[in-house]
Amino acid sequence: MSTQDVIKEASMLKQKEMIANNYDLLTSTRGHGRKVASTFVPGNLNELIMCFDMLNNLPEINAIQNGMKKLSGGYITEAEKGGHSEDVCTYVKADLGMMKRGNLAPNGKPLPDPDLLLLSYTGCFTFMKWFELLRAEYNCPTVMLHVPYQGDGKTTQNMRDYIVKQLKEDVIPTLEKVSGVKFDIDRLRENLRRSAKAEDDLVWVLETAKNKPTPIDAYFGGVYYIGPIFTAFRGTDDAVEYYRLLRAEIEERMRQGLGPLTPEGEMKEQKYRLVVEGPPNWTSFRDFWKMFYDEGAVVVASTYTKVGGMYDLGFRHDPDHPLESLADYCLGCYTNRNLPQRVDLLEKYINEYEADGLLINSIKSCNSFSAGQLLMMREIEKRTGKPGAFIETDLVDPRYFSAANVKNRLESYFQMIDQKRRALASAA
Amino acid sequence: MKCFIGIDLGSTTTKAVVMDETCAVLGRGITNSRSNYDTAAAVSKQEALIDTRFTLFRRGLSDVSGLSGKVDGFLADLERHFRRVQFVEQLNDLEETCVRNTAGPRFHGRETAIHETLAHVFAKLRQESFEIFAPGAKRRSDFFRDIAGSRFMTVATEACKEAGLSFDLVLNVYDKSIIEVENRPPGGAMEAKFLAALDSTLTDGAGVDAEAVRKPVSAALGIPLEETYVVGTGYGRVRLPFPKEHIRSEILCHGLGAHIMYNDTRTVLDIGGQDTKAIQVDPSGIVENFQMNDRCAAGCGRYLGYIADEMNMGLHELGPLAMKSTRSVRINSTCTVFAGAELRDRLALGEKREDILAGLHRAIILRAMSIISRSGGIRDQFTFTGGVAKNEAAVRELKKLIKENYGDVTINIDPDSIYTGALGGAAFAQRAVMN
Amino acid sequence: MPATPNSTAAIVQRCQDLFDDLDFTAARAWKDAAPGRKVVGYMPVYVPRELIHAANMLPLGILGGGENMEVIHGDAYYQSYICRIPRSTLELGITGKLDFADGMLFPFVCDVIRNLSGMWKLLFPKVYTRFFDTPQNYKDEVGGNYYIEELRELREGLEELGGARITDEALRASIEVYNENRRLVREVYAFRAATPWKAPSSEVYLLMRAGNVLPVEEHTQLMKDYLAAVKAEDRPMRDNCRVVLNGAFCEQPPLNLIKSIEMAGCYIVDDDFMLVNRWLLDDVPADGDPLANLASAFLHRSAETSAKFQPDEGEKGKYLIQSVREKGAEGVIFAAPSFCDPALLERPMLQAKLKAHGIPYISFKYAENSGQMQPIREQAGTFADSIKLWSAA
Repeated sequence: MSTQDVIKEASMLKQKEMIANNYDLLTSTRGHGRKVASTFVPGNLNELIMCFDMLNNLPEINAIQNGMKKLSGGYITEAEKGGHSEDVCTYVKADLGMMKRGNLAPNGKPLPDPDLLLLSYTGCFTFMKWFELLRAEYNCPTVMLHVPYQGDGKTTQNMRDYIVKQLKEDVIPTLEKVSGVKFDIDRLRENLRRSAKAEDDLVWVLETAKNKPTPIDAYFGGVYYIGPIFTAFRGTDDAVEYYRLLRAEIEERMRQGLGPLTPEGEMKEQKYRLVVEGPPNWTSFRDFWKMFYDEGAVVVASTYTKVGGMYDLGFRHDPDHPLESLADYCLGCYTNRNLPQRVDLLEKYINEYEADGLLINSIKSCNSFSAGQLLMMREIEKRTGKPGAFIETDLVDPRYFSAANVKNRLESYFQMIDQKRRALASAA
Repeated sequence: MKCFIGIDLGSTTTKAVVMDETCAVLGRGITNSRSNYDTAAAVSKQEALIDTRFTLFRRGLSDVSGLSGKVDGFLADLERHFRRVQFVEQLNDLEETCVRNTAGPRFHGRETAIHETLAHVFAKLRQESFEIFAPGAKRRSDFFRDIAGSRFMTVATEACKEAGLSFDLVLNVYDKSIIEVENRPPGGAMEAKFLAALDSTLTDGAGVDAEAVRKPVSAALGIPLEETYVVGTGYGRVRLPFPKEHIRSEILCHGLGAHIMYNDTRTVLDIGGQDTKAIQVDPSGIVENFQMNDRCAAGCGRYLGYIADEMNMGLHELGPLAMKSTRSVRINSTCTVFAGAELRDRLALGEKREDILAGLHRAIILRAMSIISRSGGIRDQFTFTGGVAKNEAAVRELKKLIKENYGDVTINIDPDSIYTGALGGAAFAQRAVMN
Repeated sequence: MPATPNSTAAIVQRCQDLFDDLDFTAARAWKDAAPGRKVVGYMPVYVPRELIHAANMLPLGILGGGENMEVIHGDAYYQSYICRIPRSTLELGITGKLDFADGMLFPFVCDVIRNLSGMWKLLFPKVYTRFFDTPQNYKDEVGGNYYIEELRELREGLEELGGARITDEALRASIEVYNENRRLVREVYAFRAATPWKAPSSEVYLLMRAGNVLPVEEHTQLMKDYLAAVKAEDRPMRDNCRVVLNGAFCEQPPLNLIKSIEMAGCYIVDDDFMLVNRWLLDDVPADGDPLANLASAFLHRSAETSAKFQPDEGEKGKYLIQSVREKGAEGVIFAAPSFCDPALLERPMLQAKLKAHGIPYISFKYAENSGQMQPIREQAGTFADSIKLWSAA
C-alpha cells in the first residue's frame, strides 16, 4: 500500500496544516519575535500561554513526530552515548538526542531555544527530571506547576487551592515576565470558551464508538482526533473549526453506515471490539494498526486518548471559573488518577462500549501508565468476565518493538475471543 | 481414510500429528526446523504419515493368528529396514548433489579425484548403513543430517588423506550439498520403500511367517491416506503457505492438545526453548486466559542451553547433576545475559556445580510460577509440557513450589508432551470438518 | 572474646537479625505486647514518622524483600523493565508477611511507588493506605500551606485508624523524640566520616536499617550503645580511599554490595540509604504549631534527592558536592537500582556537576537481589586505585 493511496479527509488536511503552521511559527521566532514556552501535553496550560502571545512547543509531540519519521532511534542512541541510562524514558532521550543533532523541526528548520520551561507536572514523575535536564542545557527560566496526584481517588479543595495559588504566584508572574505581556483574565475566559466548544465536539466523536458497527477507531484513529485539543491548539479558532469538520465527517460516515477509516481505506468487517489501555507505539504505528484492522479488530475506547483531559467524564474548561477550571483540568487527566479509578474507568468502557475485552499495550518508557497494569487487567477480567491481553512495546524506541512477538500475541488473543464466542454460541 | 493433521512449527523442531475421525492419534513425526519452514512442515508431515502406516500395520497384524507376541519385534525390524532404505535413498541424493556441486574454478583439474573419493566415501557409507540400522544400534539422532554428517566427516577425512586430497575441498562440496538435500523432503514412492523394507526384513528372517505378514501389510499399505484437513501452528506458522483458516495460534493448540492428553486439565505450563506459556483452559479445552514470558526471554529453555555451554556439559546432563545437590544455592538472575557471570561468580566462591545447578533450576521454575500466577494461578489438574518437562530437576522444583503455593494438585507430565501443540492442531482440523 | 550484650559484635548481630527477619518478628512482638496497638508501614523516601508515633503507633519502614526473598506473585504483577522493590514488597503483602500492618504509606518518590499505593488499595482493601504527597513548591504560603493540609489529612486518617485524637502536645513530644534520634543518626554519620575504619559502612547500614523496624526510642539507644562500643574498640585503619555513595535511597542493594565496596578499598563516608532517618537536616522546633514546624523543616531544611524537584539550577548538585567536601571524600560512587527513574534520570546532571568540580566518580546499577559482586569489586577497586594514584601524583 503506497502512501499516495491514503485517503485524506478535510479534517485531516486541516490538522496537517495547523501542525505545519505551528512549526513554521516556532522556527521563525527570529522574524516575529514571539516567545516560546516548552511544556508537556498532560495538564498543559495552552489557553493561559496564549494570553501572553507565546508559542507552545511540546517535546513529547516532537518525540512522536520523530518516532513516526523513524528518526527517534538515532536520537535515543545519541543520548545514551551521552550517558543517559538505557532504562529511562525514551521520549526524554529522543528529545535530548534531537537537541544534540541540531533540534530540527519536521519542516527541516531548527527549533528555537525555549524562553521558558513551563513544567506542568501532571501524572508523570519523569516530566520533572526531563525539564531539569533541559534547564541544564538551555539555562532558561523554569517554572513548575505541581499538580498533586489523586492518591485517594478524589480531588480536594486543598489540591485545587494549591494549583490556583501556584498559577497566581508563580506561573502567571513568570509568564508575564518572560513575555512582557500583562495577564488579562478576560482573554483567558475567551480562550476557555473556545476550548469548551471544541471539547463538546471531541466527546461527541469519541462516543460514536458506542455504535455497532463503530464509525471510528478510538485508539489508532483516536490519537489523531485528540491531536489539536491535546497540544498547541486548545482554545484556538482552528481547533473549534477542526472539531466541527471532524464531527461532520463522522456524522456522514454514520449516515452512510461506514466503518473507521484506516490507511488502507474503510475497515469493512468488525469482528472484535476492544478497549485499549496504554499509549501506542509510534515507530511502527502503521504496522501496529494493521495488525488490528487486518484481523477485524477495532478499538472502541482507549485511555491514552484521555491523557490530555477526561472530557468524556463531563469536564469542560469553564470561562466563569478560569483558574479553578485549569486546576480541575490538570487534576483530572488520566495518569493523575489512581489505580482503582483507572480500573473503574476501564470497566465502565468495557460495559458502555460493549467491548469483547481489554488489551493493554504496556510501554517500557512509561511507568506512570505501566506500573500496575497487570493488576488492572486481572481486576477487569474478574469484574467483567471479558478476557484481557497484554503486549509490550515502547513509545519511540524501535529496539523495543518486536512485530512478530506482538502479532503472535494479538492473534492468539483474537482467536481466543473467537473460540470463546463459538463455545458460548454452541452452548446457547 | 480421512486424516486430520496438525503441524507445529517450533523454533528448533517441527512436529506433526495425524489423527482419524474419532480423534485417535495415528502417527507422529518430528524434524529439525532448519531455516526452511516449508521443508520442515513437509518432512514432519511425511514422518507422521509414515508413523501412521506403522499404526495401520499394527492394526492389520493384530488379529493374524500365530503372530501374537511377535508383532512388536517384527514392526521394529520393519522400521529399521525402512529407515535404512530411506537413509540410502537420501545418501544417493547427497552423492549426486555432491557430484553436481563439484564445479567451478576452485575444483579445476581435481574433479575426477574428488568424484572418485566421493564414490568411495558414499560406497562406504552405504555399506555402513547396515551397521547404523542394525538391531540394537544406537543412533544419537534420527535426523539425516546428524547421522550422515558425523559419518561423512570421519570417512571422508580418512579417504582424503589416502587420496592426497584437501579435505577442505570435499567439505566445501558437502556443506553446500547437505543444505540442498536437507531442504528437499525425501522423494520416491512410499509404498515401494515399504515393500523394499518388507522384503529385506523377511530376507533377514524376522522370525515370522512371511506369507502371514505380507498380506495384512500390503492391505494396510493399500489404504489411501487422505489429507482431509491440515492445521498449522507454532511460532513459524505465519510462514506456512496455508490459508488463514488453517492457521491457529500455538496457545489455542497447546490448550486443546493438553486437554486431549489429559481431559481434566485446567492449567497448562509449557516451557519451550524460546518462551514460557501459562494457559488456563475450560473443561472442554477452550482457552480462557494465557500469559507468556514478557519480551525478556529470561528463564526459558534456552537459558539452560547457555548454562550447559557455560559448564561445558550436555543439556540433558544438567538435570541429573542438579538432582545430586543437597543444598541448593540461591541464583537470582534468570537473565541469559547475566547467567554466565553469576555462574562464574558462584563457582569462584567455591560453590559446588550440582548446588549451583539446583539453584538455576529453581530460578527457572520460580519464573514460570510467576507467569502462572499472572495467568490466574494453578487449578486442578495441571499439565506440564515442553522440553523442560523432561528435566527431572526442573520437575522436582515445580512439584515443590506447586505444593507450597497451591496445595495438592494432580500434575500430569506426558513423555510425548513435545507433540502437544501439533496434537491440538490436529484436533482443530478434526473439529473443522467433523463439527 | 565472648560478646557482652553491649559489645559491637552483639549490637551488630542484633541489627543483622532484624535485617534478616522477613517476618518482622520484632514489630509483631511490639504490636502484640499491648492490646489495640497499630503498625503503619511506609516506603521510601520520606514520611513524617512523628505523626505515627504521636498516635502511639509503630512506624515500620518497608524496603522490599531483599536478596533472600523468592518472588513469585510479586513478579506476576510487574513487567521486566520495572525495578524490584515493588515486586518483593507485594510478595511480602501477598504472602501475609505484612498482615499485621494496619496502614501503609507510599510517599512521593516515583510513579512506580505511587502506583503501588493504588495496587495496595485494590489488593488489601482493609488496610489504611495512603499516597503521601509532598509539595514540589517550596514557598511557605504555597507549598507550605498545601503540605500542612496534607499533614492534617494524614493526622485525621491516623486518628480514625487508631480511634483516638492526636494532640498537638503528643506531636510536639514525638518531634522531640525524633529530634534526638536524628541527632544520634548525624552523630553516627559524623563518627563514620571521621574514622571510617572504626565504624564500617556495613555496620552503620545495619544500624540504620534497625531504625526501620524498632521503636524510635530503642533505636536511639542502640545508636548510643553502638557509638560507645566502637569508640572503645581498637580497629585497624586501612589504606582506603573515601567515597560518597549516591542513588540508593529506595530499593536497597544486597548487604554484600556494601561489603564489597569496602573490601575493594573504598570507605563510604556518606550515603543516601534510608534518608528518612536524616531527611530533616536540623532539629524541628518542639514548640509552636507542630504541623507548621514539620512543614517548614520539609520546605527549607530537608535532604536533597532526585525524588524532589530542584527549582534552582544553581543549587543542583550542591548538596552532594557539599557532602563530598565536608566528609572529606575523594570521589562518588553512583549506585542506582536498575530501572530507577529518579536516580537514573538525575545521574547525568549530578555527574556533570561533579565533572565541573573535578570530583571523580564511577557508576553502576544493582537490584536488591543482584548475585554478582565480582564486577562491582573490580570497578570499586580500580576506582580506589586510581584515586590513590591521582592524589599521589
